[in-house]
Amino acid sequence: MKIKSQRDFWSGLMFLVVGLGFAWGATEYNFGNSARPGPGYFPFGLGILLAVLGGVVLFKALTIESEDGDPIGAIAWRPLGIIVGAIVVFGWALPHLGMVIALPLLVVVSALAGDEFKLHEALLTAAVLTVGSWAIFVWGLNLVIPLWPTFLGS
Amino acid sequence: MELLNNLALGFGTALTLQNLLYAFGGAVLGTLIGVLPGLGPVATIAMLLPSIYALDATPALIMLAGIYYGAQYGGSTTAILINVPGESSSVVTAIDGYQMARQGRAGAALAAAGLGSFFAGCVGTIVIAAFAPPLTELAFKFGPAEYFSLMVLGLIGAVVLASGSLVKAISMILLGLLLGQINTDVISGTPRYSFDIPELTDGINFVVIAMGVFGFGEIIANLGKPAEHREVFTKDVKGLWPTKQDFKDAWPAVVRGTGLGSILGVLPGGGALLSSFAAYTLEKKLAKDPSKFGKGAIQGVAGPESANNAGAQTSFIPMLTLGIPPNAVMALMVGAMTIKGIQPGPQVMTSNPELFWGLIASMWIGNLMLVVLNLPLIGIWIKLLTVPYRFLFPAIVVFCCIGTYTLNNNAFDVYMTAAFAVVGYLFYKLSCEPAPLLLGFILGPMMEENLRRALLLSRGDWTTFMSRPLSASLLIAAALMVVVVMLPSIKNKREEAFKEED
Repeated sequence: MKIKSQRDFWSGLMFLVVGLGFAWGATEYNFGNSARPGPGYFPFGLGILLAVLGGVVLFKALTIESEDGDPIGAIAWRPLGIIVGAIVVFGWALPHLGMVIALPLLVVVSALAGDEFKLHEALLTAAVLTVGSWAIFVWGLNLVIPLWPTFLGS
Repeated sequence: MELLNNLALGFGTALTLQNLLYAFGGAVLGTLIGVLPGLGPVATIAMLLPSIYALDATPALIMLAGIYYGAQYGGSTTAILINVPGESSSVVTAIDGYQMARQGRAGAALAAAGLGSFFAGCVGTIVIAAFAPPLTELAFKFGPAEYFSLMVLGLIGAVVLASGSLVKAISMILLGLLLGQINTDVISGTPRYSFDIPELTDGINFVVIAMGVFGFGEIIANLGKPAEHREVFTKDVKGLWPTKQDFKDAWPAVVRGTGLGSILGVLPGGGALLSSFAAYTLEKKLAKDPSKFGKGAIQGVAGPESANNAGAQTSFIPMLTLGIPPNAVMALMVGAMTIKGIQPGPQVMTSNPELFWGLIASMWIGNLMLVVLNLPLIGIWIKLLTVPYRFLFPAIVVFCCIGTYTLNNNAFDVYMTAAFAVVGYLFYKLSCEPAPLLLGFILGPMMEENLRRALLLSRGDWTTFMSRPLSASLLIAAALMVVVVMLPSIKNKREEAFKEED
C-alpha cells in the first residue's frame, strides 16, 4: 500500500500509539462504573477516542490522494540537537555551576545552531544576556537562582 | 448605572501608578514581540509566567493582557514594512499594507492600522464591560453537566474555526486532555501515569508545555528554514497623517472590522486571528472595486487591523466570565490566575472586583498608550526590525530556560521542557497545530472533575447531558459546528479563506 500523505500517516500513527498507550495505562487504575467513575474512567475513554481518531487520520493518509505526497521534508537535526542539548546541559549546569557559568554556556552553545555563527558576537550576546538576566531575575524579581559554582562554597 | 460605578472602580484600580506602569510595560513588550517576527504572545506570556509569582494578581494580569493586545499593534508594523507578519493575526494586513508601503504610503497604512486598532480597542473594552456581567449571571446557573458540555463546545469551537485538518485538530485536543491526566487523581488520590517519578505526581506544569512547544519548538523550526531576506522600507515612512480621501475610505472599514471582530472574539476559538481573516474577506466582498485589493487598498489594512484588535479584546469575555479560554493566550491567562490563587470562573467578578474591572479599564488605557507608542514612536520599532534573528533567539532560549528553572527551582522542569521542544518540532513537521493541545491540557482536569461529578449526581446516567436543556443545547451547538464544517460547500470556503495565509 502506498502512503498518500506522509505527514498525516505519521501523525495518525502517533495518535494511535499514544491513545492506546494511555488507554492501556489506564487499566492499571480503578475504572469504577458510570455511577462512581474511578481514576481510570476518563483517561481510558479519552485514550480509546484518540486511538480511533488516529486510525481515521491513518486511513485517510492511505486512501485520499494529496498533490505531492505531503512529504515531511528535511529534519533540521543540527538546530534540534544543539538547542535541546543546550537546554539539557543548562538544566544540569545551573544548580551545579551557577548562573555565571551556566548562562554564557547556554548562549554560546545555542548560538551554534544559527547559520552565521561568529564567536565574538556570541560572547557579546552571552555577556549582555547574563548581566541582563541577573538584573531582571535576581535583582529585580528576587528569584532564587544559584549564581556561583557550588564548589566555591557560597 | 451600575456599569458606571463598576467602570469607576476599574479606572480607580487601573490608574494607580503601579498598575499604570505594568500596563505600560505590557504594551511596550507586546509591541516589541509583535514587531519581531518569530516570537508570539503565547511564547512570551509563557516565558513571563514564572516572574509573576513576585507580583500581585491585578498588575500581573494587566501586564499579560497588555502583551496580547499590544502584539496586535506591533504585528501590523512588520506586516506593512517588510511583508512578513510579525504576528499571525497580521497575515492579511501584509497583503495590502506592504503594497501601500511600496507605493510610498507606508505612513498612511500605519496610521490606518494604529487608529483603527485604537477605535476597535475602545469599542472592545465597552463590549466587555457591558456583556460580562449578564454572562456571569448565566454562568451561575451552570451545574457540572453544563460545565462539561460548555467545555466540549469551547474545545470543538476552538478547532472548527481554525485552519487545517479537523480530525487532526480534535486529536490534538484529546492528546492535550490526556497529558492533563498525568497527575494525582483529585477524588481518589491515586497518582496516574507518574512512573514513580515524584515530580510527575503533581502533573506537568503547563508553562513547561507552552515553552517547550511554542518557544523552543518554534525556534528550532525557524532555524531549520533558510535565512529570509528582509527588505525594510525605512526611508519611506513620512507623512503619518492619512489624507482626507484615506479617512473617507478607511473609516467604514474600521467600523465594520470592529463589529465583526467584537462578535468573533467572543466565540470559542475566536480571537484575533480569525477576526482579521473574516474582516479582509468582508471588505473585499463589499468593495466597489475589489480589484484594488492586493494592490494597496487602505480598507484591506484598516478592516483586518481593527478586527484583530477588537477580537483580541472580546476574547477575554469567555475567559473572565466562564473561566473557559477560547484560545491559547487565554489558556495561559487562566493559568496565570491559577498561579495567583484565583479560581477562574464566574465568581471572579464578585470575589475580585478590583481585578475584574481594573483589568477591563486597563485595556482602554493600554490602547491609548499603544497609539502613542506605535505612531509617533514608530521609528524606534523600525530600528528593531533590523536586529537579526541570530541575536534574538539566544535571548528567547535564555528567558525560557531561566523561566522553567524558577518554576520550582528544579532542573526537572528544564529537562521536561527539552523533551517538549522535541515534541513541538515533531508537531511542526507533521503539521499538527499545537494550540488545541494547550487548550485541552488546561481544560482537562476541570473537564474530568465536572464529568465525574455530573455522573455522580445522575447516578451514572449519561443521558443527563442531553436531558438538561442548557447542557443539551450546548452539546447540540458543538455537534452542529462539526457538521457544518464538514459540509462540502463550507469546507471549500474554509480552505479558501485560509489560503491567503500561505
